[in-house]
Amino acid sequence: MAVIIDYGIGNLGSIKNMIRKVGGKPSIGSTREDIAQADMLILPGVGAFDSGIKHLQASGLMDILNQRVLEDKVPVLGICLGAQLMTQFSEEGQEQGLGWFDAQTLKMDFTDIPGKWPLPNVGWRNVFAQNGYNILDGTEEIPRFYFVHSYYLSANDPSLISMTANYGFDFACGLRHENIHCCQFHPEKSHAFGMQFFRNFLKAYS
Amino acid sequence: MHTRYIPVLLLKDGGLYKTRKFGKETYLGDPINTIKIFNDKLVDELVFLDIAAARRKSEPNFEILKEIAGECFMPLTYGGGLVAIEQVREILAIGFEKVVVNSAAWTDPTLVSALARYFGSSTIVGSIDVKRDWMRREKVFIHGGSEAISIDVVDWAQELEKRGIGEIMINSIDKDGEMTGYDLDLIRRVSSAVSVPVIAAGGARNVNDLKSAISDAGASASAAGSMFVFQGKHRAVLISYPSTKER
Repeated sequence: MAVIIDYGIGNLGSIKNMIRKVGGKPSIGSTREDIAQADMLILPGVGAFDSGIKHLQASGLMDILNQRVLEDKVPVLGICLGAQLMTQFSEEGQEQGLGWFDAQTLKMDFTDIPGKWPLPNVGWRNVFAQNGYNILDGTEEIPRFYFVHSYYLSANDPSLISMTANYGFDFACGLRHENIHCCQFHPEKSHAFGMQFFRNFLKAYS
Repeated sequence: MHTRYIPVLLLKDGGLYKTRKFGKETYLGDPINTIKIFNDKLVDELVFLDIAAARRKSEPNFEILKEIAGECFMPLTYGGGLVAIEQVREILAIGFEKVVVNSAAWTDPTLVSALARYFGSSTIVGSIDVKRDWMRREKVFIHGGSEAISIDVVDWAQELEKRGIGEIMINSIDKDGEMTGYDLDLIRRVSSAVSVPVIAAGGARNVNDLKSAISDAGASASAAGSMFVFQGKHRAVLISYPSTKER
């Protein structure tokens, strides 16, 4: 069962709808028992970094999440703010992240880049697999996904980068380390491409 | 880069309508059937505006919004009659990503900053409706085009940005539903005055118009109603959306 972690922020309904649409068995979980029973975890989230971490702390789920992800190696997918929370810190806030990736979250900076680049970066961007990431496989066109963000994932180890996109510059929009996956974009709002993404993710761990 | 083309769909009493110059309404049909077609056409994003709620200043129709969100696998924005944080919370919980604030940003000067603080700037779209009076003077209107307010459009756009709006939708009432092209000058003035993404609206007739709002006038996205729901000079109702090749 894929458990979408409910810690007070994020559009859980959309993720649930789409996982169900591609044949998965999603549920929304907010308790330690829910997390303990999950064989797949989704960490959603929208909004500011510090607010996200504080909500996670307040949920009382931090230690069980660390245990399930780092020790039990349960597959986990972080989405948008959920992805950023998996890094060590963010330029957006003061709080420490989960630190599951040797990476940080940086503000998109267009100094020295010609052209006008409004923030947030809102819209559909082509996404390219890196380091043989196969969760993007199986689409006829170049897969594109819906982004809404002003901060991006910056990995210290380039082998962690699973996906990249371009907005003024090439940036990592997905990281992967063993069972831990994340994406900056919203697969749950990226119609056919998002469905294929979830289908592949479910299949990879079925 | 893949630019955003956004159908704007007008809701009234559970049905879909299209207006001309914010007046004369044509009934288009049931929203759910229309959404299913847009799903198949891999639409970039959909904006739903409840024109009845905006005019009557009434509550959003949460039931129909719930139905809509259950069928949509693309980004969704709702506007119409939003005046309170609680309403926005409910809309987002239903599965919409963004909300449009228009009249209430003017009548309640604290609303936008409060919404941005609670839900993040990227959740809040500020919409500005513009119409020229008989002297050709440009005026900003609220409450579905029924009431002029005394502020310049560029000043208002900058003020909304300062309060924490994440995107600005700029709509020409004179161009609405006319299918004669956007007011590119208006879009250009607003786009160059703010640093948040600008969505052009009002007047698009074809893909070239959608392109020109972005390439000529500096918008980040192009919205349209008529061109996505009508076909031919008699305006037969037919849902269409450009394919990747046609863009």
